[in-house]
Amino acid sequence: MRITTKNDLQKIRAEVQSSLYVPSTLKLNIGMASCGIAAGAKEVYDKAHEIFDEQNVLVARTGCLGLCEEEPLVDIQAPGKPRIVYRRVSQDNIAELVEAHQKAEYLEKYVLGQMKDPRSVLEDDIENPLSAAFSTNGIPTLEEIPFYDKQLKIALRNCGYIDPESIEEYIGRSGYLSLFQALHEMEPEEIIEAIKISGLRGRGGGGFPTGIKWASCRKAHGEKRYVICNADEGDPGAYMDRSVLEGDPHSILEGMVIGAYAIGSHEGFIYVRNEYPLAVVRLVEAIKQAESCGLLGNDILGSGFNFTITISTGAGAFVCGESTALMRSLEGKVGRPRAKYIHTVEKGYHDSPSTLNNVETWANVPAIIEKGAAWYASLGTEKSKGTKVFSLVGKVKNTGLVEVPMGTSLRTIIFDIGGGILKKKEFKAVQTGGPSGGCVPTALLDLPVDYERLTQAGSMMGSGGMIVMDQDTCMVDVARYFLEFLQEESCGQCVPCREGIKRLLQILTDICAGKGEDGDIELLENISDTVVKLSLCALGGTAPNPILTTLAYFRDEYETHIYDKKCHSGVCKELFYYEIDEENCNGCHVCFRKCPQDAISGEKKELHTIDQELCSKCSICYEACKFDAIAIK
Amino acid sequence: MVEQPEVDFRALDDLIVERFAEDKENLIMILQAINKEYNHLPRPALNYVSTKLDLPLSQIYGIATFYSMFSLEPRGRNIITICLGTACHVRGGERIKERLESNLGIAAGATTQDMRFTLETVRCIGCCSLGPVVTVNDKVYARTDSEETVKVLEEYK
Repeated sequence: MRITTKNDLQKIRAEVQSSLYVPSTLKLNIGMASCGIAAGAKEVYDKAHEIFDEQNVLVARTGCLGLCEEEPLVDIQAPGKPRIVYRRVSQDNIAELVEAHQKAEYLEKYVLGQMKDPRSVLEDDIENPLSAAFSTNGIPTLEEIPFYDKQLKIALRNCGYIDPESIEEYIGRSGYLSLFQALHEMEPEEIIEAIKISGLRGRGGGGFPTGIKWASCRKAHGEKRYVICNADEGDPGAYMDRSVLEGDPHSILEGMVIGAYAIGSHEGFIYVRNEYPLAVVRLVEAIKQAESCGLLGNDILGSGFNFTITISTGAGAFVCGESTALMRSLEGKVGRPRAKYIHTVEKGYHDSPSTLNNVETWANVPAIIEKGAAWYASLGTEKSKGTKVFSLVGKVKNTGLVEVPMGTSLRTIIFDIGGGILKKKEFKAVQTGGPSGGCVPTALLDLPVDYERLTQAGSMMGSGGMIVMDQDTCMVDVARYFLEFLQEESCGQCVPCREGIKRLLQILTDICAGKGEDGDIELLENISDTVVKLSLCALGGTAPNPILTTLAYFRDEYETHIYDKKCHSGVCKELFYYEIDEENCNGCHVCFRKCPQDAISGEKKELHTIDQELCSKCSICYEACKFDAIAIK
Repeated sequence: MVEQPEVDFRALDDLIVERFAEDKENLIMILQAINKEYNHLPRPALNYVSTKLDLPLSQIYGIATFYSMFSLEPRGRNIITICLGTACHVRGGERIKERLESNLGIAAGATTQDMRFTLETVRCIGCCSLGPVVTVNDKVYARTDSEETVKVLEEYK
């Protein structure tokens, strides 16, 4: 099937829409991204196929709907009935759920919500296909649930709505129409201008204006130009790109072809990290499909424009997320960054002009072309336009992926969308920006999130990881954790980063082990200053951020560690011990049974005690006790 | 000393020529394929790659030691990987690591003497919302803890 005209696209779109939105048989959509599969979606999918393949029930897979906390998510729709999303579905209850729908019923206790309007932001030219099926029987709509009601999905527009391995379904949701428009109705300069006006900035963390990057690359001298997608999502605690790669790979391909046409490139690469095997599988399939439809390769959409994409996998090096290191790695070499005064838009891959953008940036491009630069620029704050996807994780109730307009406050994201802190504990900080970012405290919760404001707070936007921390998180340990990470990942070619980080880590490790000394804090600040100023690349230049922000907002914790030799969060093992609280302990015996060291003694319904000699401070009793009877001393 | 597996040079040659077009630029992916096949990078295989692609062995060694997924030592039959990404860290990944280290009697990065397990750590596999996460071979155990992990290991011989 080769697609050459707009009519071809429209025809597929019209055909797919009916089966996608108003199926003629009972249909199951099972969320099958890595997060869903880890929670058991594969077993549900296999079981559903096993039972229902013979029964005229369509079992389909989709990407991730974002609310990973409640995975596996399955939505079920009978013809003419509302589309209902179920949470935490397992192979044990899938049959029961489907059978209920076969009888035109539903099972309320597992319901997350019903989908009121499945259209993406690109589909306002069609009527809501579910309006006839919408039910007023009291099931809340997804759009009303606090997790979803403040979200606006642009980059994630198709994740969880389509089968990621079906190009038809992507086209069914207005896919590749932007590409047609770009290739047939726009000049390359017009596209670049539109991206500039939209205000789109690099979503990988740097925040460099995408339009300016493209314009410089187009102008740069060179025989060949390259377009690269950075899918080396290395920030621990961040998985936005994985979700797009696994849930909507065609949006990235479409964005890249548009970018390639604008820049004048005929060869592109996607550099994916090796830890994402499913993303690679979905990308390979998507590229094959796009090639066979004439959306990649020669004479794309009958325009005469040629462009190919090759996938390259990383091998486990965080620093390869840095643009110059990534390009070295693409060349089959060790990924060491080089000095920034040579720009990759002029001399990148093989010293040719290269444009590197992150997954989320590419996924935004088709939406900007389709809906217009002015629309995109109307969202967000003065200098940060559009939306940003965050991975909201850690000690928060609703973990998952959230996409909100820039400028949404941290409080809204964590407490409204995220539902607040787990187990009624107290919020302490939120860590943004990965290892290069920092920890933002309670006092700054009303901070509207955009590139500038997070940087002013000492942290940074980064790729979008948002790790929520509660009273049980020790901020000195968090700084130590990131420095340990960075020490392992430093490529080692420049001294300030290689040696500086090592010394910083040594001091932090000593503080956490109860060997902190007077003057350590000043020494940390002093070395940090050197590392920031003299490192070659951004990995080193931002490495001290976790220390500097925790020192700025949680200096007292450092002081308690150093001078009082105490860790009140109960993390640094040399600096606390567990004790049974006499008033709260009712002798329920749970801790006694769970302790792997047999360090707890006491009869049922009587006060228990902990043998400090035997206790390994593994925290199992602390987590298990429902009566707050295990105290950190 | 653990016995090294025999390297199938014929298959290795096919891999380099047919799948990777004898292109030096594909070195990392060639090493990934070898690492997958033998669970580590056997020295004879690296020598062969060096000759075939006309690359100094030192350069291959540089790659093999720079990227964390490669191992120069043979690894166990089952690879346990504990995620120590930030989300898993704040939810207790470190404690799982300590427990497994003491149960298996090896430090992270090492292999048990009977070659049953290699214990590794990784900084994030992108399942942050379900942390802490441990993977054994290709199977992901989500929302886990040290007790459950210890139990799960019984299944792997």
